[in-house]
Amino acid sequence: MTTRYDTIVIGAGHNGLTCAAYLAKAGKKVLVLEAKDRIGGMAITEPTEDGVLIPTCAHLLYQLHPDVIRDLNLNLKMAASSLPTIALGSDGRHLKILGETLTAMNGADLSSKDQENYTQVMRDLKKFARVLGALLGQKPPRLKNRDWEDTKTLLKLGLSIRMMGRKSMQEFLRIALLNIADQLEDHLENDLLMGVTAMEAVWGTHLAPRSPGSVLSLMYRLAGSMEGTQGAIGIPAGGMGKVSEALEQAATRAGATIRTNAPVKSLLVENDTVIGVELESGEKLLANSVASSADPQRTFLSLLGAEHLDAGFTRRLNKIRNRGDAAKVNLVLDGLPEFNGLSQQDLAAKLVIAPSINYIEKAFNHAKYGEFSEHPALEITLPTVVDPASSRSNKHVLSIVAQYAPYQLKAGWSEEQRADLGEAVIRTLEAYAPNIRKQIVSQQVLTPSDLEQLFNVTGGHWHHLEIQVDQLLMMRPLHGTAQYETPIGGLFLCGAGAHPGGNVTGAPGMNAAQRILSRKG
Amino acid sequence: MTKSISPRKSELLSAKPRINAGRKPTPFHPRQVEKCETNDWTLWAGYSVPNSYHSVELEYFSIRNGATLYDISPMCKYRIKGPDAERFMNRFVPRDVKKIKPGRVAYAIWCNDEGHILDDGTIFRFGPDDFRLCSQERQYAWLMDSALGFNVEILDETDDIAALQFQGPTTFAILEAMGIKGVETLKPFDHKNFPFAGTELMVSRTGFTGDLGYELWIEPGKALELWDALMAAGADRTISPIGSLALDMARIEAGFIQPTVDFLHAEHVVRHTRGRSPFELGLDWQVDFGKGHFTGRRALLKEKEGNSSRYCFVGLEIEGNKPAHNALVYHKQKKEIGHITSAVWSPTMKNNLAMALLQRPFGVDIQEDLWVEIYVDKELKWDRVMAKAKIVDRPFFNPPRKRLTPPARF
Ligand SMILES: Cc1cc2nc3c(=O)[nH]c(=O)nc-3n(C[C@H](O)[C@H](O)[C@H](O)COP(=O)(O)OP(=O)(O)OC[C@H]3O[C@@H](n4cnc5c(N)ncnc54)[C@H](O)[C@@H]3O)c2cc1C
Repeated sequence: MTTRYDTIVIGAGHNGLTCAAYLAKAGKKVLVLEAKDRIGGMAITEPTEDGVLIPTCAHLLYQLHPDVIRDLNLNLKMAASSLPTIALGSDGRHLKILGETLTAMNGADLSSKDQENYTQVMRDLKKFARVLGALLGQKPPRLKNRDWEDTKTLLKLGLSIRMMGRKSMQEFLRIALLNIADQLEDHLENDLLMGVTAMEAVWGTHLAPRSPGSVLSLMYRLAGSMEGTQGAIGIPAGGMGKVSEALEQAATRAGATIRTNAPVKSLLVENDTVIGVELESGEKLLANSVASSADPQRTFLSLLGAEHLDAGFTRRLNKIRNRGDAAKVNLVLDGLPEFNGLSQQDLAAKLVIAPSINYIEKAFNHAKYGEFSEHPALEITLPTVVDPASSRSNKHVLSIVAQYAPYQLKAGWSEEQRADLGEAVIRTLEAYAPNIRKQIVSQQVLTPSDLEQLFNVTGGHWHHLEIQVDQLLMMRPLHGTAQYETPIGGLFLCGAGAHPGGNVTGAPGMNAAQRILSRKG
Repeated sequence: MTKSISPRKSELLSAKPRINAGRKPTPFHPRQVEKCETNDWTLWAGYSVPNSYHSVELEYFSIRNGATLYDISPMCKYRIKGPDAERFMNRFVPRDVKKIKPGRVAYAIWCNDEGHILDDGTIFRFGPDDFRLCSQERQYAWLMDSALGFNVEILDETDDIAALQFQGPTTFAILEAMGIKGVETLKPFDHKNFPFAGTELMVSRTGFTGDLGYELWIEPGKALELWDALMAAGADRTISPIGSLALDMARIEAGFIQPTVDFLHAEHVVRHTRGRSPFELGLDWQVDFGKGHFTGRRALLKEKEGNSSRYCFVGLEIEGNKPAHNALVYHKQKKEIGHITSAVWSPTMKNNLAMALLQRPFGVDIQEDLWVEIYVDKELKWDRVMAKAKIVDRPFFNPPRKRLTPPARF
């Protein structure tokens, strides 16, 4: 044990890398330890034997914080930075959405009233989301023992709510805790439009459109921007893994050391302070502080250990909602798929199967009772179409997020259950792309339980834990961990489980680094 | 047949156990019903136990002059076993459990995350990985919450063990007379098993009276046999069952605090400022900052380092002979600085005793010129008495016979 690091970062997911890059840039001696054989966490692209690149987990970029790109000088090229969303109708009559513009495809129903109201609804939501957006790149304010900076943040939040004007402010307060279904049904009438918009609110969550809090979760999603356009979605050239690689380069450039195949077994504690880590291999490494991007339950219960924590804290920790409900299905096809009513060009889009609010609610019903949906809602991208360079053959990739598939399946996840889930997804696809089954060369079905295993994320949750009022801001991940700090000295959180939350944003990593740097002493 | 208007005593005694709906009888209930002339029962953790049997004063004097049986079967008893048992216990309580050897018992408090006391009780250690925690109030939920991340098994043994507090100067002699061989070797806070009635009787030299005495633990099916054997062996030595009221007088003399009386379970209070830290209840000696982490440690360290304890718990001797129940405490007869949590006129010490919670710096830096405002009912004419009070050490009553091993054969 010769070297002592300033900070050891646990996990080389994109947030761990962001945190490391910021710290190294500030001149700190930083070591990143990753359990897996590769960096990137859930934001990776992996090659297959078929010569295609697969976004194993995350597939769309929409929230990478502009400060991260700027501060770390990220070398990131986009294959597309403004993909349209196409809400698939089973009869081939689809709706295309780009920004606030709606296009009815193949004679789909779309009243001019819906056109108009949709624009207004989205403008309002985006306006409110900007209020939240301002908080993404900051440590969440403390309510107790707050310093001047916290007070400023609170005042700013209050002020920006006030600045919206009296009517908007009332509206913000009215809808913030509402469910998205009520909000949409108040203004719209088109089922397909309501389905796709409602689904935007609940991707990656254990919520359905009629669940309270779903408006808030949509605002969170809309809080981000791509190349200055709020709510835009894109795919990096070379796939999602390129974000992580760019961050890896930034970190290495700044002097950080990154070690893969280095799973941390436990944290070393001395005098009630974390002083380093012990690897599975038995190797011990010392540091002045440790920043963990592993999920909070893993960080506290398996790495730190309950004996270093208060019982009330571990009770709350045990109750955080971190059970994933999204599965990932990646299909390699022997050629371009044919969807009813879609041209080849249309495939460079995000395709959504969520034809109505009730369709989603019915899919969610299964999850409530520990089953996966027979007719899941699907978010589909074709990275090989958007970014032709990601296929070295004529093969193509369908990257699909499927909801709902609960982490805790009543029957337990088995080989058979996984196959059944894959089958449900393919059957659902067949209604829109009748020939798809014949085209499948290989398939990968990842249940939340698989995601847990594969990415070392407890519960296999998209955001590590739900984005909900009680698990937000200073309450994220839980009371007692405000501002990236933890109950024990020397330990910080820097992953999706910390404020502001999940998605490929880099925000938790950036904020945590700034918190660590601003520490006195 | 003629109906009598008031039942005769024999009818009262043969009547069915007087148990209100929802209350459980303890294994000693049949004997208690026979003896309980006052028919004054109280609720304890779901069980009915007597407040008194015949006369609180006489029952009290039996504690100090003879031998007494007090039913502690309702005491919540939790068994904690498993490879992590010691680590678990050390995280659960602020004191160092490593120092409690098998065969020993220790008083302990435990706190929530804020360092506020939840309850107090006794820890029995049976082996390296085997403990029992006894407490007045139910603790199962908190124990289970605390078990997260520890390889331990927690069993609620409350209903599986009948127990008597056997207290008073003649208790040792009675146990000997009963044929419990080797009981003389028990030092205060020792526990040991002895054969009795074809089963094991666990005897611990513990109690809540500050006197020589034991607690006796046995399987419920043998409870009455134990009661009868004690009563028979003690016939010549003023043995008597006692209720909660007499015990309360003795426990105040002994200076013991009691949950729900001197402090409230910090997670049960509605006003969260009502929680009390060990430093605020005079239990500093329970807090071992050097042993590693325990629930509440960081809050308590902050309190200690920041000198931010709000209260100070003191024993008081008060002028006069009117017990200062629920009285307010004043400095210089003017400034209200606290209140009495427990009070008794001590028949043994002939002294007016109380325990009080004072707002710091009173009790710590300012100890003089303390007054207690006592309301006295003189046949429905209420008088207010300002009585001078003096801070004194606890225990108020601390006789050498309590500690002597082997104990004297009174
Ligand atoms: C099905 C699915 C689809 C998604 N799609 C999108 C999307 O399209 N767009 C989007 O923005 N977001 C998406 N997300 C969410 C996004 O992927 C995550 O929120 C984000 O990747 C979290 O990044 P992170 O760095 O905080 O944590 P992670 O990516 O989870 O990284 C944590 C890292 O820590 C490592 N680790 C854990 N324990 C240890 C240990 N003991 N020792 C060493 N290393 C350890 C892990 O191996 C892992 O590499 C999706 C999520 C899911 C589940």
